[in-house]
Amino acid sequence: MYLRPTTLDQAVDALEHHRAQVLAGGTDFYPALGERLPSTPVVDITAVAELKGISVHETFFRIGGLTTWSELLAAQLPPCFDALKSAAREIGGVQIQNRGTVAGNLCNASPAADSVPPLLALDAEVELVSIGGRRGVLLADFIVGSRKTLRRADELLTAVIVPRVVENARSVFLKLGARRYLVISIAMVAIVLAVDEQRRIRDIRIAVGSCSARAQRLRELEQFLTGRPAQARLDALVMPEHVKSLSPIDDVRATAAYRSDAALILVRRALQMCAS
Amino acid sequence: MATIEQLTDVQATIGFSVNGSVASITASPLARLSRTLREELGLTGTKVGCDAGDCGACTVLLDGEPVCACLMATAQAQGCEVTTVEGLAQRGPLYEKLQKSFLIHGAAQCGACTPGMLVAATALLERNQQPTETEVMDALGGVLCRCTGYRKIIAAVLEVNDRVWGQNTPEVGHAVGDRLVRLDGQPKVNGTEIYGADEAPAGALAVRAIRCPFHRARFQFGDLEAYIAQHAGVAAILTAKDVPGENRYGVISKFADQPVFAVEEARFRGEAVAAVVGKGEAVEKLDLQNFPVSWKELPPLTSIDNALAPGAPLVHLDRKENVLVRGRVVRDDVEKALAEAAVTAEAEYETGFVEHACIEPEAGFARRVGDMVEVQACTQSPYMDRSDIAQILGIQPEAVRIIPTAVGGGFGTKLDLSVQPFVALAAWRLGQPVRMVYSRTESMISTTKRHPARMRLKAGANRDGKIVALDFHADFNTGAYSSWGPTVAARVPVHASGPYYVPHYRALTRAIHTHLVPAGAFRGFGVPQTAIAQEQLYDELADRLGMDRLEFRLLNALDDNTPTVTGQVLGEGVGIRACFEALRPRWLAARQETAAFNNNATGPLRRGVGVAGMWYGCGNTSLPNPSTMRVGLKPDGRIALHQGAIDIGQGSATVVTQICADALGCPIDRFDLVSGDTSITPDCGKTSASRQTFVSGKAAFLAGKALRREILRRAGACDCAKISFQNGQLEIQDGDRQHKITLSQLPTEHHGYVLTAEATFDPPTKPLDEDGQGIPYAVFGFGAHLAEIEVDIELGTVKVLRITAAHDVGRAINPTLIEGQIEGGVAQGIGMALMEEFFPGKGENLHDYLIPSAGDIPPVESILIEDQSPIGPFGAKGIGEQAVIPTAPAILNALHDAIGVRVHKLPATPDRVRAAILQAGIAGAQRG
Repeated sequence: MYLRPTTLDQAVDALEHHRAQVLAGGTDFYPALGERLPSTPVVDITAVAELKGISVHETFFRIGGLTTWSELLAAQLPPCFDALKSAAREIGGVQIQNRGTVAGNLCNASPAADSVPPLLALDAEVELVSIGGRRGVLLADFIVGSRKTLRRADELLTAVIVPRVVENARSVFLKLGARRYLVISIAMVAIVLAVDEQRRIRDIRIAVGSCSARAQRLRELEQFLTGRPAQARLDALVMPEHVKSLSPIDDVRATAAYRSDAALILVRRALQMCAS
Repeated sequence: MATIEQLTDVQATIGFSVNGSVASITASPLARLSRTLREELGLTGTKVGCDAGDCGACTVLLDGEPVCACLMATAQAQGCEVTTVEGLAQRGPLYEKLQKSFLIHGAAQCGACTPGMLVAATALLERNQQPTETEVMDALGGVLCRCTGYRKIIAAVLEVNDRVWGQNTPEVGHAVGDRLVRLDGQPKVNGTEIYGADEAPAGALAVRAIRCPFHRARFQFGDLEAYIAQHAGVAAILTAKDVPGENRYGVISKFADQPVFAVEEARFRGEAVAAVVGKGEAVEKLDLQNFPVSWKELPPLTSIDNALAPGAPLVHLDRKENVLVRGRVVRDDVEKALAEAAVTAEAEYETGFVEHACIEPEAGFARRVGDMVEVQACTQSPYMDRSDIAQILGIQPEAVRIIPTAVGGGFGTKLDLSVQPFVALAAWRLGQPVRMVYSRTESMISTTKRHPARMRLKAGANRDGKIVALDFHADFNTGAYSSWGPTVAARVPVHASGPYYVPHYRALTRAIHTHLVPAGAFRGFGVPQTAIAQEQLYDELADRLGMDRLEFRLLNALDDNTPTVTGQVLGEGVGIRACFEALRPRWLAARQETAAFNNNATGPLRRGVGVAGMWYGCGNTSLPNPSTMRVGLKPDGRIALHQGAIDIGQGSATVVTQICADALGCPIDRFDLVSGDTSITPDCGKTSASRQTFVSGKAAFLAGKALRREILRRAGACDCAKISFQNGQLEIQDGDRQHKITLSQLPTEHHGYVLTAEATFDPPTKPLDEDGQGIPYAVFGFGAHLAEIEVDIELGTVKVLRITAAHDVGRAINPTLIEGQIEGGVAQGIGMALMEEFFPGKGENLHDYLIPSAGDIPPVESILIEDQSPIGPFGAKGIGEQAVIPTAPAILNALHDAIGVRVHKLPATPDRVRAAILQAGIAGAQRG
């Protein structure tokens, strides 16, 4: 069965009544199907206008779940979103960026999802709506493992909420892959760094992807760096123990040891780019 | 409140605009848009390469923006405007310019990625008429190409507005050497070219194979009759029992060992054990997981070591120690020479499976016509397909007609059978047309790969820099079936010296069976792997001698009169020195620039420059290898060329015609090409071994000359007379004598021609003796590449900055097409050096298996050397495989030049390079 609701109410109603898969941009949906056809009902949410667009509110930005990467790239957004925009440019090719959605990337919850580290570094929250109501969950909690999230089958990820705390902070995203385009990350790092008037680090968020079952923040390193001057050789302060919380795996793209190593280098470089 | 669109039916009526007209179609709402466009609307210009958004071949415009049609539900196009390649022309005059630019630049080779490239480029150019190179790369980055190396595509887009593209026809007698636009180019840029999956008779049944999910397993079928009864639309299940002839095929009949369907035991993951035939939609919908077969997994041999271990099970009972075949070339006492050499170097290298990754997965259909069967499919070798299908069906070869379609990339893998036995057998048994289209995964798990190699070698030189000896041992993992394993084992020992004089030589090879996907032919038959080992070792010898690496090669390079390792003295046409000399200016400049860069480097980047040489024999190794060309004069004065040299994108259709035109003395635009259909066109052998320009080109030369002679004989004119081909008549000017032949007055033979000439050429070779001495090839191509690279010593990433490629092609029949071969070869060489390795059972798709993308290929400067072959047509030699061989070793030598490390297990992925750096303790690269 194929349902194409045009309102959010219809969409969550459909999810309530059918054990359905959600279809949005299709960029993960179809590859996962392979040669099979869907065996469960499908709720196609792409006609739900309420899920589109980016809006600015007094204390937060709201990115509609159906926002595509191309739409995000075209939006006027403050510097703290630069990392997210860099990530958007690295998601597949233009074809994928034109269809793939923010909500889809998060709900698919690949350990290598490019948008997750920058959104983690923005302290993003996801908004989940079901027939029973609306709830907000921190992205850091929402993704619980490789391809596992807290989204219930009756819920729709309707928006990503980004608090307006560090909007003028610098942000950088670095992705490492074995080719230039259309590449799944071996490792990636996003940093959002805000300084005070003395150019001391007021607020820093560092997130690493593809180096554990879910992307994660390096909280100890963030604490260690907070309050320090954002000066030239900030990178020299980052030590291997600061990336010890990562738990990378060996796969066809790289060894685990290499990933830890590369994550450290990328953190240093991203930090240096933010600080300089 | 708007009403929810609830489509509970399997089919729905969906309305959208396609190429300017409104389409209202009935389709499954979730059917991929690509499928709907192709199968329901007949818009087959939209290609399907992966069904996963990994290749971009299916790119279409959705409301003006490029998207992958394979990732969209048809229902999502409701109310939208869809533009496919067929509709681009309606968007304005830009597109005509873009098409012409693609043709003139040689941006379309096989053409399978071309529709996706054209659509993506149109989207860019509609909003940005003057894009930068980076903007073009960003726009094309979502479409993969396996043939061109991207640079000509990028140039075609960048230079779209540079001039009004005209098409020039070369003057009579000057087709050879002309940058003629490929003769089969227009359909490739129109989206009208027909590939394997683009045509099938109405109502054709579909066939899908049941494939073994384990590297090795015994299996038993359940109740197949019940399965048929339970599944509406399923017409039959085919297994080994249904094969009327021999359930066995192979490209080399002496070694033929591959069953159409495995019997009792499957020998590799992906091997077919049965096939389901039935109505298209019904068969497509089957969840093959439920097919009644039970598997008992057996311990597999998954490496050369496993296979050679004492007591290892035999993959084939009649092949002792799992050795398929051995190769051997020995010249003089290598051990003694090495013991006496002033310096020696030794090394071990290992390479993995490399996937061809043609953008077009294998596809085709078959139908039974009385007591004949016709197979239309993508292939590199129609006549070999014909004999194998005949043997499988137990009928005469003449009862099999092979109709080759355009080939969306081959590179060797489409020499072997893929869909053909399944569709032929099903059509033969059921009497209905049957179609099969491989999915990307099916293609990757079941078709041949480049042989993984394990090579051990030692070389020695004297103080004066002369190489005295090379001892080379290589084992090739040939997988479960023979395919081209014997050819690799035979060709490698002939080539392992490289294009150098090596007086004492021993090269021993083995092709080893394992329970992995069969390794077969892939551009170079093992020689690219060999060059990776041998060219790096020669760098080490040069370093030990304190010699410049390029000068060391020049000093040792073969010339016309030095014997090769098989004792062959070529006498003429040995252009390797000229290749190295052509690289010298860039070599010296690059060495200086690199040294300056590294001396000033404060960050993690280091640069390096590397060189590698290559030689490659054209055609079969000491085996007959004929091509036959037929050329006919039609009553209307046009020329029919039966061009059986299958064009897989490399350009043989164009090159062979250029040669024939000049041999005949006829304008090239009077030629009509007749396809390689085995019912109408003689055998031109297979498109492999870089033989089509040389062998089929020579046959076309001879046929053209023969037709010319026949015309002149009829006119009683002398050899130097000039023939003018006119509509319906010929005018022959012989000095001051003029003669007219009115063609309509001449009788026609059974092909419909008034005059016909046919010629066969078989290159002169001599068998190799037990020491591999003899004349393996009549002609060799030579070349050398220079790679400039940049290494990030902290991350182990390697960026290729520039490639300079010098190739002795004998005579450049079509320089644009040759550059295309070189650039495409460079791209595959970059892939082999830095990113490509296929792991059976893991990553059987194009996002885990990486081939270079539009942003990974640097500028390539091609330098064409024309040291004419005395045998080739107009002196021409092959270039197809030659182009790929030196790139990887040049890059790896540059890596060593940059940072002093060698990666012994290829590809040199970032993690392997970084591990080598850490092991070597390179300053500035330590962690922490």
